[in-house]
Amino acid sequence: MNDSMAARPAPLVTVTMTVNGRSVTRSVEPRTHLIDFLRNELDLTGSHLGCEHGVCGACTVRVDGDIVRGCLVLAVQLEGARVETIEGISASGEITDLQEAFVRRNALQCGYCTPGMLMCAAEFLRTRPSADREAIRDFISGNYCRCTGYHAIVDAIAETVEARRSAKGRGGHR
Amino acid sequence: MKFAPFDYVCTRSLAEVYDLIEARGPDARILAGGQSLLTTLALRLSEPSVLLDIGGLQELRFIEERNGAIHVGALTRHCELETSPLIAARLPLIAQAMPHVAHAAIRNRGTIGGSLSLADPAAELPACMLALDAAIVLASRDGERRVRAEAFFKGLYHTDVRPGELLVRVEITPLEKEWRFHFAEFSRRRGDYAMVGLAAAARGPGPLPEELRLAFLGCGDRPVRAREAERVASGSASAPRAERYSALRRALEKDLEPQSDPNASSETRMHLAAVLADRAIEALSG
Amino acid sequence: MNSFKGVVGTSVARPQARRFVFGRGRYTDDLRIAGTLHAVFLRSPYAHARIEAIDLDAARTVPGVVAAFDGKAIASVCAAWTAQFATLPDHRSAAQPPLAVERALWQGQPVAIVVADTRAIGEDALGLIEVQWHELEPLPHPVATAVADPAHPPLHAALGTNIAYERCIVAGDPDTTLAGADRVIKRRFQFTRHTGVPLETRTVLAEFEPGLRRLTVYQSTQVPHQMRAIYAELLGLSEANVRVIVPDVGGAFGVKLHLYDDEIAVAAASMLLGRPVKFVSDRLEAFVSDIHARGHTVDASVAVKNDGTVLGFEVDDIMEMGAYSVYPRTSVGEGLHAISLTGAPYAAPALRARLRAVFQNKAPVGSYRGVGQPIACGITEHLIDAAAAELGIDPAEMRRRNFRRAGIDPPKTAGGIAAGDLSHQRCLERLLQLMDYDGLCAERASARKAGRHLGIGIAAFVEMTAPGTGLYGAAGVKIACSDGCTLRLEPSGVVTCVTGATDQGQGSDTGMVQLIGDALGLDFDQVRLVAGDTAVTPVGGGTWASRGLVVGGEAALGAAHALRDRLIDIAAALLDVRRDALVLSASAVRERDGAKSLSLAELGGMMHYRQDLLPSEVERSPVVTFHVVPTGLIANGIQASLIELDPESGFVKPLRHWVVEDCGRVINPMLADEQLRGGVVQGLGEALLEECRYDERSQLQNATLADYLVPMASDMPDIVIDHVHTEVTGTLLGAKGIGEAGTIGAAAAFVNALNDALRAFGCAISEIPCTPERVLRALRRVP
Ligand SMILES: Cc1cc2nc3c(=O)[nH]c(=O)nc-3n(C[C@H](O)[C@H](O)[C@H](O)COP(=O)(O)OP(=O)(O)OC[C@H]3O[C@@H](n4cnc5c(N)ncnc54)[C@H](O)[C@@H]3O)c2cc1C
Ligand code: FES
Ligand code: FES
Repeated sequence: MNDSMAARPAPLVTVTMTVNGRSVTRSVEPRTHLIDFLRNELDLTGSHLGCEHGVCGACTVRVDGDIVRGCLVLAVQLEGARVETIEGISASGEITDLQEAFVRRNALQCGYCTPGMLMCAAEFLRTRPSADREAIRDFISGNYCRCTGYHAIVDAIAETVEARRSAKGRGGHR
Repeated sequence: MKFAPFDYVCTRSLAEVYDLIEARGPDARILAGGQSLLTTLALRLSEPSVLLDIGGLQELRFIEERNGAIHVGALTRHCELETSPLIAARLPLIAQAMPHVAHAAIRNRGTIGGSLSLADPAAELPACMLALDAAIVLASRDGERRVRAEAFFKGLYHTDVRPGELLVRVEITPLEKEWRFHFAEFSRRRGDYAMVGLAAAARGPGPLPEELRLAFLGCGDRPVRAREAERVASGSASAPRAERYSALRRALEKDLEPQSDPNASSETRMHLAAVLADRAIEALSG
Repeated sequence: MNSFKGVVGTSVARPQARRFVFGRGRYTDDLRIAGTLHAVFLRSPYAHARIEAIDLDAARTVPGVVAAFDGKAIASVCAAWTAQFATLPDHRSAAQPPLAVERALWQGQPVAIVVADTRAIGEDALGLIEVQWHELEPLPHPVATAVADPAHPPLHAALGTNIAYERCIVAGDPDTTLAGADRVIKRRFQFTRHTGVPLETRTVLAEFEPGLRRLTVYQSTQVPHQMRAIYAELLGLSEANVRVIVPDVGGAFGVKLHLYDDEIAVAAASMLLGRPVKFVSDRLEAFVSDIHARGHTVDASVAVKNDGTVLGFEVDDIMEMGAYSVYPRTSVGEGLHAISLTGAPYAAPALRARLRAVFQNKAPVGSYRGVGQPIACGITEHLIDAAAAELGIDPAEMRRRNFRRAGIDPPKTAGGIAAGDLSHQRCLERLLQLMDYDGLCAERASARKAGRHLGIGIAAFVEMTAPGTGLYGAAGVKIACSDGCTLRLEPSGVVTCVTGATDQGQGSDTGMVQLIGDALGLDFDQVRLVAGDTAVTPVGGGTWASRGLVVGGEAALGAAHALRDRLIDIAAALLDVRRDALVLSASAVRERDGAKSLSLAELGGMMHYRQDLLPSEVERSPVVTFHVVPTGLIANGIQASLIELDPESGFVKPLRHWVVEDCGRVINPMLADEQLRGGVVQGLGEALLEECRYDERSQLQNATLADYLVPMASDMPDIVIDHVHTEVTGTLLGAKGIGEAGTIGAAAAFVNALNDALRAFGCAISEIPCTPERVLRALRRVP
């Protein structure tokens, strides 16, 4: 371990980004990753940490419209970026149908994976909607759930795909 | 674990990057997508004093055709390779390989430059570069130099990038007429780094490949072209499966030096490599 | 059995789920308490080492570090503990300190605690701690060697041996019975160590108020009352001065059921500093500090007659225990279940089962979902299939012939389990139908012709649920097997349920609300639930051993009946009608055949504000409490797995999985089914992926989430669930637990399916996880 570093805090860096539609400016240590930034600086505790290693997906949030691992992005990298969290996409109503389907199908138990899983499922619905169970399983594979058997999560996503498709067919939703 | 402290610079130009590398010395580290660098920093195994973020250098983010070659900028993200129509049309091997790289959220940030500079022997892109005989372009204050993929990967996480240099793009001349491509790997779970993988290309006007390229991942300290197996395979494409496996296996014993690790012994890797080669030939035979 | 109507037995959605889908879960790390400091731990890098000196001075100088304590400092406020059961007097167990003092006994044992403004600063300071280590020889690994080498110096010198516990069960005169066998089929099994990996790591926030000497602990735990008793005892506080509050818990599976050295050290640090101190286990340290489970090396055999009759089983289980027996439940339950439940679904009279639990320089083994039952199931069902194959009998038929028959076979199994009235036979028949067994067998045959290798495997199991007071109470351990429920009729007519049970998302909360709502004629949203706070809820056991809804629900139902009777008493007097003419429905007490009624809001209003209007001869309190003491309920079920083997690569893919389970009444099928599925996925994880891999120095080699593989969605199959309902007598609820059923049978069904496919190659596998390399070795494709 590098002794001189441990004792020497790095200078703070000021960063301005848009989080859930609101512009925020904070001075943070460069080592702060996005999830610690959201949780500790902004009290947005809906995004979770399960590994801080890029593996579990509990930290999945959106940056500039695409999902990322929040634990593998530094807050200071996001100058000018647009960040959306579960709090934001809940409030916007973008995934209300998906959230309802998760509740209806019991696609969660402890709920710890759920915000990340919903962010991931929302990306699936946006970029490659398909009710094919294998395709869904494939896409959500980077998001661990240790409680459910995944089955109900797949049910909920497939159901939402179908519902949006038939709503679209009727000229409804999007 | 949280990251140890470091300074951070968001660089605005390549010239600035070169200056900073010079000024901050070997403790400075390039930050591209961060999808590998930050995971290692989260183990506190290395503690660079400063991260030089090149993520904002838009001039390194492109996929274009120039003079018949496909040029891919170092900051091109995995997701861009995955969905690019140009890549799908001209470098289908890469398009086939991309879904095997990690997961969507990681592919949304990870870059080709980062993947090649990291040179993980189990990564997909380095092996594709070998199979496609890509030129890797390195730039420094003194200008650019081009290194063939096979010379670029020098060992475990070790490349030909010299101090003061940056990987800026790769240039790949598509193998078009009469070439077919096949990418496959064995990984424990979806998106995991492969135990063993194979990027293969075959040429032949008829159903049987006349010329083959087999680039393996996970079978040594770097991606490896299996020349002996390529030679043997071109001759044994029509042989019965069991015979072909044995011939390939013997050839691969000369080509590859897979390591044993807790995930798989060297024998297991060798066996899986032969299975992949055998299946590739099957798949590539029209 | 009571008759239920209304929402009990239907798949109502969990109201609580609505918080989580909006990101509004409140886990321990989400709480904001002013002045909170963050704890980090220096952990032993060695499996076994003497600590010659620790120098914390440099760490203390880091700006932002508030304090650093070594084991001696923490020991000044926190006593050591020894896991012991009065009922297991020959279990040898050693005292465990909160932080290692002279010796560290496993890689990951905490040695010093640093308390700082942030976790990152604390970690910076850890790098400056100087420890003079003297590495010692770790106990041999794996355990089989340890037992073979009794000369190895004991880990705990005072105990004189490394065998912490030894037990032998002999039933049905095995020598004579087995002598009459036509064949004895023998196998060596290896069940690798696993760990639980709840997605939320262990988290605790301890706030000591020096003025009142009161300790409040916010903790991600399954067992608030157990933890209250332990904190009080070990920290020298009166139990009345300790309060444990459980926010949302992000998965537990048995991991959050034990006393952890680091967690109580956090409470101790809060006492020493008089400030709130929080510890969020890092994923890396979770792998070396959470309890582990399994870790058995077993020689076992089954004796059969040529006609397929199973005569008996022999088991010799050497179980890894870790450096200490885990507190307060001990580590031996895992092994006791493994041996006593071997053969449990079968009528075979003979059993000789031996357990040796052995100390190791590894993390302690504790109760992880299933606790030894998956081992018993894995052994038994593997042997049954092996015997069926040798005798040329279809595996389903083999089971049909040998299952225990209710009312015919003795009420107790050879292992001493009171599993008299189980529905193995019915579960089997239902399973075969559900999966279309014959159809699948035909599909397997035609696939094989096409060069594909499918395998079908079946595994029957029993599940010990909701144990009674004999388990811990009689052992002298302060863990309640009972649970209580308080119901309060609010002035608004809403009923508040205060329960001792805890819910980590399984849905026991919802089940209780369903039960109470139906019993009181209230809509689902007219019942509110409060749980997880020792200052508020009745003392209860919490969640373990598939007991949450069984015991908590029984208490809720008892309380609801008592409140119902009271409301009827009052209404009868006020309305001047006979008690038996009244029923509760649609939020009111009403005449069954008449027009008179009193709403619960009216009654609630009177019971709180207008007691003067109430009749004086009846009980008028709006609060009732009901406690339940269970006596243990044994459930059963059966699972099947369909897999595809790639014999060239050794990769195995689960294609489909089925569970038929009998827990009596199913209160909420949707919640029960996903609970079973979650268990199945954990079991398949054990079978395919999960393993704690140690090197010869007992260093955990794969202590990251990238290297310890847990199941992801794409590795897992769709899972079809059905239920068989055997009436459960003696309880209001008529239900048994289901929490572990999925895990208990899944790995066995999977391994049987794999072995079914491997049979074509004349080989078998009896070591889990079935990694591609192990499969290739079994196939003799690699050395
Ligand atoms: C859970 C997980 C699973 C993964 N699975 C896979 C997988 O299956 N296959 C796979 O291939 N990858 C996998 N990855 C890695 C991923 O592809 C990375 O994105 C990639 O390897 C590195 O790219 P990056 O842009 O993120 O680089 P960074 O992490 O930013 O950098 C990596 C290294 O390269 C250096 N560097 C970066 N860019 C340059 C440059 N232009 N010039 C010189 N040096 C440079 C950096 O200094 C650093 O040392 C996985 C990652 C995670 C977190
Ligand atoms: S916390 Fe980011 S992937 Fe696990
Ligand atoms: S619901 Fe608990 S981890 Fe998914």
